[in-house]
Amino acid sequence: MAEIKGPDDGVQIDLISGERMDGLASMEKIRIILDGVRDGNIVILEEGLSPDEESRLIEVTMTEISPDEFNGIEIETYPKSETADQSILDRIMGKESTKKLTVIGPANQIETLHKDETLISALVSRK
Amino acid sequence: MGLLTNLKDSISRAASTLFSEEDPKRIGIYGPPNAGKTTLANRIARDWTGDAVGPESHVPHETRRARRKENVEIERDGKKVTIDIVDTPGVTTKVDYTEFLEHDMEKDDAVRRSREATEGVAEAMHWLREDVDGVIYVLDSATDPFTQVNTMLIGIIESQDLPVLILANKIDLEESSVQRIRNAYPQHETIPLSALEGDNMDEVYDKIAEYFG
Repeated sequence: MAEIKGPDDGVQIDLISGERMDGLASMEKIRIILDGVRDGNIVILEEGLSPDEESRLIEVTMTEISPDEFNGIEIETYPKSETADQSILDRIMGKESTKKLTVIGPANQIETLHKDETLISALVSRK
Repeated sequence: MGLLTNLKDSISRAASTLFSEEDPKRIGIYGPPNAGKTTLANRIARDWTGDAVGPESHVPHETRRARRKENVEIERDGKKVTIDIVDTPGVTTKVDYTEFLEHDMEKDDAVRRSREATEGVAEAMHWLREDVDGVIYVLDSATDPFTQVNTMLIGIIESQDLPVLILANKIDLEESSVQRIRNAYPQHETIPLSALEGDNMDEVYDKIAEYFG
């Protein structure tokens, strides 16, 4: 039987599909992300968050920062925002596209080494 | 009865249009910590009202509450544009109190400053979603503009269809590169300035009048 690994053995990475996030309310998405990150996990979202959800994620993260416990998050997505290219009609009709791979981790464990339009390179360390 | 209701509706619509046009637009000054937002807010406020908005500092998160300076009248080409300036705390996704210890601060003061800073960022995000009519986005042209916070915030501003003016601050520094900001956000006009030295403020005021007048 394989030995069950604990959090001290490495860094857990949760890859969350767009399908799993689709039916959730904004606050449920934010909760999944922050609960994972506060446990020391790296959360990778297949389809990212909408600008409004990103704004709320920053706001909720700020309310949870606590000295010596949680310093906040590091978040990375590819820089080109598709919203800038969309027509107002698409956005009114709810066709706002936010499909961009997003990596979120604890600020004290993840460090971005390089980032451009097509590549995000990050260093992840243990707790 | 129907006619009377219609007439009342028309009058109230006309009145609300009239008042909304008279109300000064609230322009939020946003950007990452230490971009020079308060220096700019003070420069604008001093140039047109004679008063400052708040204290400036090289220590990050000096501004930890959004501060509003009301009825700033900017005159361009004989036309007056009245705006409320909202100087906001620098937006970030992380605050580590130990960074303040490097600025000769005691632990208690550093912890208090970090707590106030987190409240300030949350407040700034709330203002952005609910309470501003336009944004002046200030970037330090001597640093890399290609950060996640900048990308996210500009995306959030665009998604709300708010008019946004990008200012490349600190052009008085040797390492300054305005082109780097233009390359990072080509969808927006970028205006160079030094809020500290007062360089190129005429163009900044022209653009404020054009974007928010």
